[in-house]
Amino acid sequence: MKHLLSINDLSKVEAISILDTAQELARVSDGPMKKLPTLRGRTIVNLFAEDSTRTRISFEAAAKRLSADVINFSAKGSSISKGESLKDTAQTLQAMGADAVIIRHGASGAAHRLADSNWMSGSVINAGDGTHEHPSQALLDAFTIRKHLSKSGNDLAGLRVAIVGDVLHSRVARSNVLLLSKLGAQVILVAPPTLLPVGVESWPCEISYDLDAVISSVDAVMMLRIQVERMTELFFPNAREYSRYFGLNNDRIKALKPDAIVMHPGPMNRGLEITADAADGARSVIVEQVANGVSIRMAILYLLLAGSQEIGATI
Amino acid sequence: MTEGRYLLKGLTLPDGSKSEIEIRDGKISAVAKKIERDKDVVEVDLTGSVVLPGLVDLHTHLREPGKEDAETILSGSMAAAKGGFVAVSAMANTSPVADTAGVVEQVYALGQSAGFADVFPIGAVTQGLLGESLSEIGAMADSRARVRIFSDDGNCVFDPLVMRRALEYVKKFDGVIAQHAQEPRLTHGAQMNEGEISSRLGLKGWPAVAEEAIIARDILIADHVKSRLHICHLTTAGGVEIIRWAKARGMDVTAEVTPHHLLLTDESALSYDPIFKVNPPLRTQRDVEALREGLADGTIDIVATDHAPHPAEAKECEWQEAAFGMLGLESALAIVNQTMVATGLMSWEAVADRMSHAPARIGRYQDHGQKIAVGSIANLSMINPTQILRVDRDRVASRSRNTPFHGMDLQGVITATFYRGLPTYLDGKLSPQGGG
Repeated sequence: MKHLLSINDLSKVEAISILDTAQELARVSDGPMKKLPTLRGRTIVNLFAEDSTRTRISFEAAAKRLSADVINFSAKGSSISKGESLKDTAQTLQAMGADAVIIRHGASGAAHRLADSNWMSGSVINAGDGTHEHPSQALLDAFTIRKHLSKSGNDLAGLRVAIVGDVLHSRVARSNVLLLSKLGAQVILVAPPTLLPVGVESWPCEISYDLDAVISSVDAVMMLRIQVERMTELFFPNAREYSRYFGLNNDRIKALKPDAIVMHPGPMNRGLEITADAADGARSVIVEQVANGVSIRMAILYLLLAGSQEIGATI
Repeated sequence: MTEGRYLLKGLTLPDGSKSEIEIRDGKISAVAKKIERDKDVVEVDLTGSVVLPGLVDLHTHLREPGKEDAETILSGSMAAAKGGFVAVSAMANTSPVADTAGVVEQVYALGQSAGFADVFPIGAVTQGLLGESLSEIGAMADSRARVRIFSDDGNCVFDPLVMRRALEYVKKFDGVIAQHAQEPRLTHGAQMNEGEISSRLGLKGWPAVAEEAIIARDILIADHVKSRLHICHLTTAGGVEIIRWAKARGMDVTAEVTPHHLLLTDESALSYDPIFKVNPPLRTQRDVEALREGLADGTIDIVATDHAPHPAEAKECEWQEAAFGMLGLESALAIVNQTMVATGLMSWEAVADRMSHAPARIGRYQDHGQKIAVGSIANLSMINPTQILRVDRDRVASRSRNTPFHGMDLQGVITATFYRGLPTYLDGKLSPQGGG
């Protein structure tokens, strides 16, 4: 595996191996020596053409814990904001000797373009492309679900996961549907019909328009962010009505199964798709998702760049 | 040039019979199994080729004036000749827009001086293609360019009142409005066909209904005011159904399909390579089959290329940043051969109709689309339908290289193009022949 562009790039075995590697790396990170020498001398570029804080910091922390040199390249104030093309940016990074480029971009398929063109030769890791995919987020979500709920400790067989909200514009939802179903979970997308893409019926999941009908049957509920600009685009009448039908509030928390967990990829709109009580309550694993994100991204970098080296051999 | 006297031998006529054709002074002077040789005639051996009346394209972007880095009237005319075309119709979305007599006369004159094909300008329906007020339609019709087709192509004439007035106004000189059917509100920011593939790729969808709704509306308006409507680049199975319905009711509507919509589907977008980005977008296999069926049964009147050259940087980027459009002239007839003739859906006589007689009739291009018969103007296109064309973007006549067929094997190689009695393309060589 050279790139990670889409969950479709991973077999079930490869996905599980990323989760297992992350688990092992998390154990190391909890020890006295947080840092591993694995990627010493390697250059990793964070190419963030779209604003993002948590994903960029998470990848940066992951790369640094593996001793890589990290260059941050953000849209604001950079050549991208001056109209430089993706091709020219890529060729520049190539010339500077980037071993891997982690790309966040507003255009769906931007990571594929970087990987498939001959503009650069390093590994490409998709850190979110438009409304397409966000594979590292799905992997950290699967990791979190597995840790709490997996019956086998290996995959997610027998679990039901609801993904609730703006599926249409969500790269998190696309990657999660692919990954969680690959790992054996049953995914249910819950959204108003306006926020489900035409063609969604071909996805490996169930569809529901009714959160209350679904909530008591799931093991995990993942709330998606509603972006402010959707308010004016006729997807739903107003924020109050959206919250009433699709928000995670106390009544719905009470309806959950006893062991069910509450997830959100962040950043949250408290009071819109999730109430503060739900976000901060006992079932919430939202903060833990962030911590798991670093381990997962370490595992991705490790497997893409260090290849078959044993983790133990580099400690 | 020996006074323009040619004897073309080894040909198969559209009806399947073997024949030779003699050309003298720009006209066909004999069509027979065996023609007696004059001593000063140039013999051209075209054994294995099918001869068609010279191809006529009603939908061509030549980019001049304004975008000469992508194409010029000269380079586009050369691409036309190489593709077997003797007439092309230059779309109005140039810079400045072809919305005045001055611009269309310039385009027409540049076509004549290029000498590879007749370049018939299409006039803009509205000033600046903005969809608000009518352009100088009458002046363009009366100009030396004698414009008969009007289109805001690239933009839909969305306002139903503007569309009605335009349809009514062109009746004055037997003109036609060529509509780019795209409901703008349903396609804001659209990137590709809306369906399973777009849902997976996260690219904003361009739903079939956005095309079909405008076709249905405009057919009804055109019928109400009894004017001529032409639907550009039909892409959907539903659109074919609507046109079929209208024709069954005797309504005066014509429609075109592009070669790329006869061959490619939205699965091409899975590569995220914007070489496959085009407007209207590539659709599903079901649509492709409906378009082929519609072209075969005459519901769709013509094939038109929508040849749309773009410079490299317009395609070497992210999908959503890339320009819409692909080259078409040089590969059009091979694709029609491959998808329609080799599959048994259509005869060569039907190809002659869809790519020469019918487009010439719709555009009122009197010197074109004539039968292959003694006395006709010698506009002829010849294709060897069994040879394979390996498409190479580095070897196109067009100034741009944005062909989605690069590296593909298409069935059929153009062997010769005669424009007003003289070869513009022969033995793999292009040569200008001056205007008519």
